[in-house]
Amino acid sequence: MSMANVKLDDQAVSFEQQIPLAPIEELGEEESYLRVITKRFFKHKLAVLGLIVFTLILLMAILAPLLAPRSPYAITDQFSAAPSSKYMLGTDQVGRDLFSRLIYGSRVSLSVGIGAVAIYVAIGTILGAIAGYFGKWVDMIIMRITDVFMSFPYLMVILVLVSIMGPSLFNIIVVLGLLGWPGIARIVRGSVLSIKQMDYIKAGVALGYSAPRLVFQHILPNCLGPILVNATFGIAAAIITEASLSFLGMGVQPPTASWGNMLKDAQSLSVLASQPWLWVPPGIMILLSVLSINFMGDGLRDAMDPKSLR
Amino acid sequence: MSSTTSLETDRKADAPRQGTPLIEVQNLKKYYPIKKGILSKTVGHVKAVDGLNFSIYPGETISLVGESGCGKSTTGQAIVQLDPPTEGKVIFQGRDLSTLSNTELRQLRPQLQIIFQDPYSSLNPRKRVGDLLAEPLLVHKLADKSEVTRKVDDILEIVGLTKHHRNHYPHEFSGGQRQRIGIARALILNPKLIVCDEPVSALDVSIQAQVLNLLKDLQQKFQLTYLFIAHGLGAVKYISDRIAVMYLGKIVELGTTEEIFKNPRHPYTQILLSAYPVPNPHLRNRNRVVVEGDVPNPANPPKGCSFHTRCPLAQSICREKTPDLMGSGHTVACHFPLA
Repeated sequence: MSMANVKLDDQAVSFEQQIPLAPIEELGEEESYLRVITKRFFKHKLAVLGLIVFTLILLMAILAPLLAPRSPYAITDQFSAAPSSKYMLGTDQVGRDLFSRLIYGSRVSLSVGIGAVAIYVAIGTILGAIAGYFGKWVDMIIMRITDVFMSFPYLMVILVLVSIMGPSLFNIIVVLGLLGWPGIARIVRGSVLSIKQMDYIKAGVALGYSAPRLVFQHILPNCLGPILVNATFGIAAAIITEASLSFLGMGVQPPTASWGNMLKDAQSLSVLASQPWLWVPPGIMILLSVLSINFMGDGLRDAMDPKSLR
Repeated sequence: MSSTTSLETDRKADAPRQGTPLIEVQNLKKYYPIKKGILSKTVGHVKAVDGLNFSIYPGETISLVGESGCGKSTTGQAIVQLDPPTEGKVIFQGRDLSTLSNTELRQLRPQLQIIFQDPYSSLNPRKRVGDLLAEPLLVHKLADKSEVTRKVDDILEIVGLTKHHRNHYPHEFSGGQRQRIGIARALILNPKLIVCDEPVSALDVSIQAQVLNLLKDLQQKFQLTYLFIAHGLGAVKYISDRIAVMYLGKIVELGTTEEIFKNPRHPYTQILLSAYPVPNPHLRNRNRVVVEGDVPNPANPPKGCSFHTRCPLAQSICREKTPDLMGSGHTVACHFPLA
């Protein structure tokens, strides 16, 4: 066959010529991933607004003793009084200052939101990472447990557990934390499964890194985005769940003030119609905190979207 | 070539092979099960790699070439135990890698490194280059904290970057620079063998040449052994001492670079060579052999010689009997090898 002697020599020459190394252009100021995300987050107007409102609510919760004009438990000289110069938001049926109760109520909502989410993000991330990384039967078992947890009627299970354990702030945080993880676990598992296939993880295996090092130092930092976004939405959902529980009488018990049980005090039709200062302010606070957190979540999600990262 | 197999003629056949092989691949197979139905019953196997035998000698560069899907990359990953083989042995310095415990294997891994094709997915985007290169040293306790920075700077210098690049993130670099970082990471543990899995095919031609030159320089400097996986014959010709041509999970021809290019004996090798574009129009060969059809499905490879469905020289025996690799030195798996 004549084509046996295909001449490739002059192709080879082009490789043998010592092509001078192109000067490696000096890189500009180093730009960390975190800085890129922050920059993009601050371009999102609603997210910035959300961050400001949320920070204010957070400060309100932390500085409650300084901000509240009087104790949230102290009974004043007026019952069901309309807002006045003395009582900014009026008083409730027992005669407590509503403005002070509103300020103290933020502590309950925020601690439930942040506490419950912290617990379930930890559980969900660890279970999801184990399922995704080790796969096979480990994955099978963890994911079936997740399915079982997801198929519970959520609010009913919470009601049952809270009534067994007794309704207290701590118990509500624990119950919400123990029931909320399946969503995160699934998200983390999915991210881990896709990141596990990346060449840099294979390179890590070839370099002899241990499984925990690969999971915690190489894989999980790369799924931080979806976890964080999900956690923010989770805080908003937990605040609403706590308000619902309190409204149903299974939440934080009186006399502790929470936005949910302030709403509960306004259940009768006459109160709804004639004493709006009892229920409008806590309603607005729930709305504001949930909305601000959701806007922040939106902003984070957009900022971390890998498609728009360069 | 006579069929007498002796080590003497083997050694003469190509110069860089000396003494005992660094890696011996024996009957390497990698099958991926095909599962069907609700019970995930295994109905068949994709035979990605189907019985490979070859040796890699210290200091040489052996290339695996073949078209997409012929099992080149799978072979590379099986050798460094990223994707453990279904069957067969990979013997590294006398030790069968499949018999090692996880801990033993982890301790041995630094000696077997790999460079990936895609420089964009092979570097962790969350780590600075300095940390990326320091981590292997710290994990294997090859340097204490004070030495690490110096070693990282050294390795960056060696691959043509500077120590100023240490504090930057991978996304700030170009493809060629990233590939250099990938090479530095493979190199920092002082490996014996580096599997280069198409290290230049994702790069521009001018950058390809730089990276190939870098690999060649490093080989001399550190006495490295390469298993070079590629489909670009130009790069292969430039860098390899020996070439193994693969087709459908099998080696069809194995010989020194010179022999393969001057005197290809398997029809597939000839077709592969004639398909390679020649830049100089005066040197272009008019009667090129063009192969027809597609690569058969590796889940259901043809009986007999796997190439017979596309071979211009196929005869009845090719459809029935699978040819073995024959000859010494320059081996070929064909019933009618070309002289």
